Amino acid sequence: MAKELWKGNEAIAEAAIRAGCRCYFGYPITPQSEIPEYMSLHMPKVGGVFLQSESEIAAINMVYGASGAGARVMTSSSSPGVSLKQEGISYMCGAELPGVIVNVMRGGPGLGTIQPAQGDYFQATRGGGNGDYRLIVFAPANIQEVVDLMQEAFELADQYRMPVMMLLDGMIGQMMEPIEWKKPPVSPDDLPEKPWATTGTKEGRAPNIINSLFIDPEACNVHNKRLEEKYRRVIESEQRYETNDTDGAEVIFVAYGTPARLARAAAGLLEKEGIKAGVFRPVTVWPYPYEALHEVSLQDSVKAIVTVEMSTGQMVDDVRIGVNGVKPVSFIGQAGGVIPTPREVANAALKALGR
Amino acid sequence: MAIVYRRSKGLTDVETHYCPGCTHGIIHRLVAETLEELGVLGKTIGVAPVGCSVFAYDYFNCDMQEAAHGRAPAVATGIKRVLPDKVVFTYQGDGDLAAIGTGEITHAAMRGENITTIFVNNAIYGMTGGQMAPTTLVGQRATTAPLGRDKSHAGSPIRIAEMLATLDGAAYIERVTVTSPANVMKAKRAIKKAFELQLEGRGFTMIEVLSTCPTNWGLTPVKALEWLNENMIPVFPLGVYKDITKKEA
Repeated sequence: MAKELWKGNEAIAEAAIRAGCRCYFGYPITPQSEIPEYMSLHMPKVGGVFLQSESEIAAINMVYGASGAGARVMTSSSSPGVSLKQEGISYMCGAELPGVIVNVMRGGPGLGTIQPAQGDYFQATRGGGNGDYRLIVFAPANIQEVVDLMQEAFELADQYRMPVMMLLDGMIGQMMEPIEWKKPPVSPDDLPEKPWATTGTKEGRAPNIINSLFIDPEACNVHNKRLEEKYRRVIESEQRYETNDTDGAEVIFVAYGTPARLARAAAGLLEKEGIKAGVFRPVTVWPYPYEALHEVSLQDSVKAIVTVEMSTGQMVDDVRIGVNGVKPVSFIGQAGGVIPTPREVANAALKALGR
Repeated sequence: MAIVYRRSKGLTDVETHYCPGCTHGIIHRLVAETLEELGVLGKTIGVAPVGCSVFAYDYFNCDMQEAAHGRAPAVATGIKRVLPDKVVFTYQGDGDLAAIGTGEITHAAMRGENITTIFVNNAIYGMTGGQMAPTTLVGQRATTAPLGRDKSHAGSPIRIAEMLATLDGAAYIERVTVTSPANVMKAKRAIKKAFELQLEGRGFTMIEVLSTCPTNWGLTPVKALEWLNENMIPVFPLGVYKDITKKEA
């Protein structure tokens, strides 16, 4: 199929529709407003629901209701707006509701800036809402990967009955790249039944109840243990990562999203200087591919692990967990909308190698 | 032997947790009867709030969703937009609807969301132990207003029915109470009308029901009914605040 030039935000909206999503609720915020704009135009054309909510809080609760009613549903926002969604995300996890949440990250904290950043990593991977819960979090690094992963995001959400987050930085949302639509579109009619959904009893079955309240402590503990077991299955089955030139590398960059691309450019610079550098890129940042990272770190050739982020250092905690002390881990990052340059990243590697 | 009264099919046989004298039980019954009489129990999805009626999902004999505090109208919006042919209602107290959830209820009404809201106003936070609500009367004591609500400090009670009636999307808004058999019958008629209008696709409908909280008001059930009649109704007058069918008559 011929390649088409797409803007990231519009591509993710179109990819959602192609993944069988027929329901979108959202609120404008830069740098993701092209997503609701695209949905407002295209959802009605496929008989879907688009609704601009009065707030991010309302949007995620509309997602809760629609998901509970059996719909394949999505919302999107950017950092401050995603903060507002945390309550609803926690409730969705508690009530075991599927759904896809897109975060096109900008600089923070607070209003921060509208430029690209990765300061929401902790919020996405550790849970910004209350209680013991997890999200599957995809962190694509280019627009092709965004659209390739979208269908899987909805499928995993349905399979595990939990929200899935697409964690993008504003760079990927705002830039344009040529992409291919590789997968055939999914028809909502072909999706698996959701017998648990509240679609009306037809007075033929007991009522379905969507709920995250377990007032009895024993019952709440059992509920939490059951969620824990589900998350364990996700950890076992859903880790995704990519490696580039890590075999026999002297230095390994670890980065996700846009910084992974910068890291590859930095590796190119180092190669010209006679240093073999590779990139380890988690595609899921939860579950985090700890073991795979540990494996590449164990190689005798590896002298340094350098984490690159558009933050002041968040994923580096996971890198340290994965490397687990077998090699030194260092960090290079810029925050607040400033993007590290390949030269800065390469220099960080040189410093880590003591050169 | 003739059966003259029985449990509504709209209620499960779960025993409610409501305090003696609380009027939630009556209001539940009215909603359940209405859904049964309209023959829509099998196509109804209710949304329970956070507050005293948080366990409503166990009491209504239809599909239910439990919402976060104040968010029931947003949850109901999500359900109704996906399932426009189903009957969707929210059941909310005054803390849930008139404090933390004012944004959600206002915009659901603004959009003319084709749902029905049962708004139970007892002028206090019941579940959490009698704290001041936005609907607490001036001078009324609450655990966070131990000397009584002071207007200069906490303002005056919010009148939600009047407020939402100003919105074009609201199809039917009435305030009722359940302090006497006659009032219960009126409340039933109001609730039924609201659901009928929803079935006709007319837009947002809300019935505000003035309700008692003997436990947190520190009154006997009978005294609580008297207190409601004497003190709440003057501040929250009963009546129809919006009726789009009137314009057509």
